[in-house]
Amino acid sequence: MSSNDSIKKTLIVAFSLCIVCSVVVSTAAVVLKPAQQANQALDKKRNILAAAGMLDENSSVEEQFAKMTTRVVDLRTGKYTDEVDPASYNERKAAKESDMSQALSADEDIAKIFRREHYAVVYLAEAADGGVEKIILPIRGYGLWGTLYGYIALEGDASTVAGIGFYEHKETPGLGGEVDNPRWKASWTGKQVYDDGDLQIEVMKGTVDPSAPNAEYKIDGLAGATLTTRGVSNLVQFWLGENGFEPFLDNLKSGEA
Amino acid sequence: MESAKETLTNPIFKNNPIALQILGICSALAVTSSMQVTLVMCVALTTVVAFSNLGVSLIRNHIPGSIRIIVQMIIIASLVIVVDQILKAYAYAISKQLSVFVGLIITNCIVMGRAEAFAMKNPPLPSFIDGVGNGLGYSVVLIAVAFFRELFGTGKLMGYEILPVVTEGGWYVPNGLLLLPPSAFFLIGGFIWVLRSFDKKQVEDADFKMAKHTVAREGV
Repeated sequence: MSSNDSIKKTLIVAFSLCIVCSVVVSTAAVVLKPAQQANQALDKKRNILAAAGMLDENSSVEEQFAKMTTRVVDLRTGKYTDEVDPASYNERKAAKESDMSQALSADEDIAKIFRREHYAVVYLAEAADGGVEKIILPIRGYGLWGTLYGYIALEGDASTVAGIGFYEHKETPGLGGEVDNPRWKASWTGKQVYDDGDLQIEVMKGTVDPSAPNAEYKIDGLAGATLTTRGVSNLVQFWLGENGFEPFLDNLKSGEA
Repeated sequence: MESAKETLTNPIFKNNPIALQILGICSALAVTSSMQVTLVMCVALTTVVAFSNLGVSLIRNHIPGSIRIIVQMIIIASLVIVVDQILKAYAYAISKQLSVFVGLIITNCIVMGRAEAFAMKNPPLPSFIDGVGNGLGYSVVLIAVAFFRELFGTGKLMGYEILPVVTEGGWYVPNGLLLLPPSAFFLIGGFIWVLRSFDKKQVEDADFKMAKHTVAREGV
């Protein structure tokens, strides 16, 4: 047994064990990657449908998603574009590249995302008569511990909220993590974003008094999570504001997108 | 030397890792609020304990004493990563719910404890069986805890409604405390109590004896 403790033996054992283990781990990672990516893509589609309140758990997500139209919007002009392929386009990567995104100044950047990409992938659910029934827009912004990624869905009038959902965040479970609470998410449905073209929507601290004159633009804050509440409010205002999707929504309404 | 059957069954009730050795409590609190998640966690942990025991035991005669804990950790950590990858590929929704707890199997005391206490001294096959046995012992407690927590906390089992709850028009008022981690403490405590009343050998000797109560007398 004493020979096991020689320096040479120790190094050999440590080294060969590391090689064997790393081969096992990397094989597993490489072999399973396609299945994991398929799962992530499916999860993303499920989140898009869920944000719009259109998810039916009993039928296939792929099938339901196939009914949606995927379009790319140029956020600088607010018009549809075919510059990038939505299937391979990655918003997070684009936001880091200087030719695919632009830096935001401190007062523009209320969602604290630093750079905004030029192109965004949006999803449209079309009504039977060919009009737009629901518009699903990607949103993101800084909360308390990290960036929240999600989707907000608007009705065909481009001002009524149809739903919201975050698929990735790092907020405190039970406090800020309540952004996942179905009851809170349901409180967004039917709220108005714009008042005659002015951005009015806001997540306020505390609860909304339903008899207040502007109650339809206000959403209850999350108790015990002031910073998450403020973050969500800011990110929604940013993405529905003039640096976000407001130009696109205006174009969509006037039929010029 | 105990027989293979004893190696397998002893950890389930006689020498249960949670109830007697009080190991692995942290994940027992965290993942037991629903049966489905618990079952996946139990399978994951049993797989990791069994294979880490096997791996450690295979090379036990070559592990230098000075780095033996690190060697065990490397084997355990690699297995945990593989299990986590498999879950992400084939049980994505559940792996999202389990989130960090699969990764935390690495620090689960049962895995390290069995590698150090059993696999370092025994041949591969008994070590593997010991791993499966201890994984089952852990699973028995977790499933029992999860059964009570999910049934009385939400009125459901495996997601199917058993007791119709008030909010959905039934009669059962769910006990919210059971959904919170501390409730698992009470349930594990209860489990240990029941186990020890049947098997008195598990009751530890008291560390000290209470002295007889004496009444101070007034100065005579």
